[in-house]
Amino acid sequence: MQPIDRKVVVTGVGATTPLGGDSTTTWQGLMAGRSAVRLLTHDWAADTPVKIGAQIAVEPADCLSRTEARKLDRSAQFALIAAREAWADAGFTAPAGEDTSVNPDRLGVVVASAIGGVTSLLQQYDILRDQGVRKVSPHTIPMMLPNTQGANVGLALNARAGVHSPVSACASGAESVGYAIDMIRTGRADIVVAGGTEAAIHPLNMAGFGNMMAMSKRNDDPAAASRPYDSARDGFVIGEGAGVVVLESAEHARRRGARVYAEAVGQGLSSDSHHITQPEPTGRGIAAALTALLDSSDLTAAEVVHVNAHATSTPRGDVAEVKALRKVLGDAMDHVAVSATKSMTGHLLGGAGGVETVATVLALHHRLAPPTINLDDLDPEVEADIVRGVPRALPDGPIAAVNNSFGFGGHNVVLAFRTV
Amino acid sequence: MNAVQEDIRSGLADIVNEIAGVPHEDVLPHKTFADDLDVDSLSMVEVVVAAEERFGVTIPDEAAGRMKTVSDAIDYILAQH
Repeated sequence: MQPIDRKVVVTGVGATTPLGGDSTTTWQGLMAGRSAVRLLTHDWAADTPVKIGAQIAVEPADCLSRTEARKLDRSAQFALIAAREAWADAGFTAPAGEDTSVNPDRLGVVVASAIGGVTSLLQQYDILRDQGVRKVSPHTIPMMLPNTQGANVGLALNARAGVHSPVSACASGAESVGYAIDMIRTGRADIVVAGGTEAAIHPLNMAGFGNMMAMSKRNDDPAAASRPYDSARDGFVIGEGAGVVVLESAEHARRRGARVYAEAVGQGLSSDSHHITQPEPTGRGIAAALTALLDSSDLTAAEVVHVNAHATSTPRGDVAEVKALRKVLGDAMDHVAVSATKSMTGHLLGGAGGVETVATVLALHHRLAPPTINLDDLDPEVEADIVRGVPRALPDGPIAAVNNSFGFGGHNVVLAFRTV
Repeated sequence: MNAVQEDIRSGLADIVNEIAGVPHEDVLPHKTFADDLDVDSLSMVEVVVAAEERFGVTIPDEAAGRMKTVSDAIDYILAQH
């Protein structure tokens, strides 16, 4: 019997982000080094200490029918838009089954967020308090459950091999992609649509994150607020949006003649067990995840030429991540172009791992590392080759890239991709 | 249909259009909410709550459960007036 080729490849990408309503305009925004951070337009922002964020570039109401949108939490709206783009980008013309090239029983969906349907939950609570029980939407529960994004994408694409929403705070999007790789590797599915999404720009979240001193308060200069690795960084800037990829067994992709962006090489996971929100300062847990990635895949440190860093622009986190990268990659770190795309998109929380997976895959595909903007004065503790200001060409030949995502709770997820 | 019934039908059509996206003119008395108008059980709750507000009536869950067609709803609302 022939051994089954369980290699996993990326055959579609989709996104809706603060930089653009699809993956192409998002990529163009990244290449242009454009900040999407602005003063928030919400009325309540007058009362919150943090008044800046990266709002979605194209409102989902412009992309979905009214009846579809009203049953979906904003985060699920983003996820569905990104998933449909990725699905079409992979060459599919209709949901599984209707498009006969996909067997619904072999299609999975793994899409998650950090905070679930929090906007719907809070809106409906306001309605309960102000208007009474009868006015609470019957769609409330499915809109606020933490699996709402995966469930709705699965429903839209007719996925029957399993629909999942693994939740690990700001690592949720990356954990979803990792889970999807495993679903294909272990033979549960031939195709898995995977990524992350978040819609959490709400005064409760702004108050909570603000009061824990996690966010930048650079209200007077929004575009300069997200500044990973810069000495003057003072916290992350919240963003919203989604990024989704279509993962497929190499064999299935080959059979249907699909265009392949990159190979999804594998993942590494660990947990800090240090503090509920603070990063472990030496990067011990992150290093363990990177080591797990190298040990569990055929990836070598030498082939890694690009890292899309988690780098949220917090004083401690950015440094711990670089320490871990240097510890595990060693001398190879000298030829790694490190990009912090959150300098432009803001931090999309559970959406980050999805959008940054799209960015990492496109970086390999175009052989261009996105810039890190607002890096005026490099923190001397950051011993890494940061791509500053403008994009940088990546080398010819076979190359690989790593995408890091970490979450409150000490979740560390690293993903690796390589050219095909 | 008399003028009062037509007024109620038209009001229900506004509601069903808003909630399920069905064209106003397709919301006809003989149509069933679930099969013909694609109003699922959750959306039907929304239709009922919106109808209560619009027509100033109370529609208990048991009565709502018996409303299979647009005509059923028109008759119930009319009887409450």
